[in-house]
Amino acid sequence: MSGSAAALLSVQDLSVQFASGDGVVKAVSEVSLDVGACETIGIVGESGCGKSTLAKAIMRLHPASSGRIAVQGQDITDLSLDALRPVRPLVQMIFQDPYHSLNPRHTVGKIIGRPLEVARWRRADIAERVHVLMNQVGLPADAYHRYPHEFSGGQRQRIGIARALALQPRLLICDEPVSALDVSIRAQVMNLLQDLKEQLGISFLFISHDLSMIRHFSDRLLVMYLGRVVETGSAEALWRNPAHPYTKALMATAPIANPKAARARQRVTLEGDLPSPLNLPPGCSFAGRCAFAAPLCHAQRPDLRAGPDGRRFACHFDLWDVPFGAMPAPVSPMPASKEITHAVE
Amino acid sequence: MQPLLDVRELEVKLFTRSGTVTAIDRLSFTVEEKETVALVGESGCGKSMTALAIMGLLPSPPARLTGGEVLLQGRDLARLGDSAMQKVRGRQISMIFQDPMSSLNPVMTIGAQLSEILRRHMGLTGASARKRAIELLAQVRIPDPQRRYDAYPHELSGGMNQRVVIAMAIACEPKLLIADEPTTALDVTIQSQILKLLRDLQLAYGMGIIFITHDLGVVAEMADRAVVMYAGRKIEEAPIDPLFEQPLHPYTRGLIGSTPAAEGRHSRLAEIPGSVPSLRDLPAGCAFSNRCPSVFAACHSERPPLIRPAPERAAACLLVQP
Repeated sequence: MSGSAAALLSVQDLSVQFASGDGVVKAVSEVSLDVGACETIGIVGESGCGKSTLAKAIMRLHPASSGRIAVQGQDITDLSLDALRPVRPLVQMIFQDPYHSLNPRHTVGKIIGRPLEVARWRRADIAERVHVLMNQVGLPADAYHRYPHEFSGGQRQRIGIARALALQPRLLICDEPVSALDVSIRAQVMNLLQDLKEQLGISFLFISHDLSMIRHFSDRLLVMYLGRVVETGSAEALWRNPAHPYTKALMATAPIANPKAARARQRVTLEGDLPSPLNLPPGCSFAGRCAFAAPLCHAQRPDLRAGPDGRRFACHFDLWDVPFGAMPAPVSPMPASKEITHAVE
Repeated sequence: MQPLLDVRELEVKLFTRSGTVTAIDRLSFTVEEKETVALVGESGCGKSMTALAIMGLLPSPPARLTGGEVLLQGRDLARLGDSAMQKVRGRQISMIFQDPMSSLNPVMTIGAQLSEILRRHMGLTGASARKRAIELLAQVRIPDPQRRYDAYPHELSGGMNQRVVIAMAIACEPKLLIADEPTTALDVTIQSQILKLLRDLQLAYGMGIIFITHDLGVVAEMADRAVVMYAGRKIEEAPIDPLFEQPLHPYTRGLIGSTPAAEGRHSRLAEIPGSVPSLRDLPAGCAFSNRCPSVFAACHSERPPLIRPAPERAAACLLVQP
């Protein structure tokens, strides 16, 4: 069996590939992670980095190409849907879009009680449990017989959260749970998740591109770039002292809601675009945008290795003491993608 | 000195079958040359509607400009006819939107789209339009602009397409650029590239920018001043340093508190209870009264006037002392 006995979720060398007309897309490559009890792991990265695919693979919504997924020590990678059924309640998911993840024709009571129906609960027990759940996430009792369209985005996200909690999961996967919500509503939902974490002792896999939110909420971070983990470690350590140039770039370019701090830090930007995930070149996938890239980086892919503060990072060089702003400007823009392979004339 | 743009008592109403609502409620603000003013607020607060009103692009019906002036260097755009306004748009004011793909024609090359603007507004023809278009693509730092000229939008990434849209917006060297959530659809590292590009272009051309956003992080990075809107009204206005250090309106305080700070991880975020009310049933008195932590009796009956407690600052709250 893969994974340590203590881990609630253990992912080992997981890869997910898609065949497309133009070649193979390696959406997730050799990702390993353990989630312990009452722990929150934040997954950070830009669109196309594979964070949502990773979540779906863990939920067994995408087949894994290789690697193992274990929940509470039980390998679920190849379980049949029937055999998976007793495991499913342990890991539940909240989606980004509260408008499209709820059936518009079902009442709120029906939506929240649906997982219980599937688990063959008795009807009277379902109604009782749904009312407890609605109370837990701060929905009014009269919501039971109403429909999703009668609720605002924040309230709808609460419905999604109640549904995810119905079967008392031990791990909640949240894929951009507040991105679609208004700023003032985001804090409400984040605080609700925080309360649930404390009251129920649930673990979280929290996926977001919003660094300030993810740092606020997470114990550990997993930074992904083009399907691979480039750095992982405690949220504080990575924030204070990122070791991988990509983590440095993310931390340095994320807007901070403090004008003086924003002016005080060096205005640096990471040039180039995310390369196409099709037919990636050998070597480090970040090399094309990295100011430190050396010939070695283009030839050989760096493996994850140990760094300061118990982190692991995938870079050939020891750069944790070098601030992003001190990085030399690239002499000429490196080819960042198939699209941008010719230098400016 | 007359400001570049002087919006005075702007009022927009929506005339719908189920009644008339006020989408923008006597909004006034100014933008100077080389200045960036952020319009901040949540969905439905009227910030995008304000941009459309300035551009003369209100969706009509149901929206109609029912009052106020939009003075661009002293000339009232609100009173211009359609054809006169068409000469102002693109030439003197341009606008960029959140989703670059919706501003680009998918069946025309980006070069053809850029040249079209140069021909129509700048009177360039043939080879000179092409030459200028390539210059513009280089200026917004599109690599290999000669070759990109013949590319279609679908061949470029979202960030590259937004650069094309920006190139189109600055093609006629406008005095005022309105950017409506220009980086919301983009990734973090691409967002910082686009923000830097806009700052650089502003330095080069000296244009005023109205930056519409809900993201306080972007406000802190980009703006000189901010106008905070709620339910169609300006509820606070300030240069950004005092705005973040000492917000006057409880709504502004709530917005800042609900954004995670650099310190205090794992502490609870400040919440604004409830949700943005529909314009159709705003509470009487102050529109924020049903969500406000500092609410008192008078808030439910009295509409708070805009108080100016200090130079350059304004807030519409009964608790603010003149």
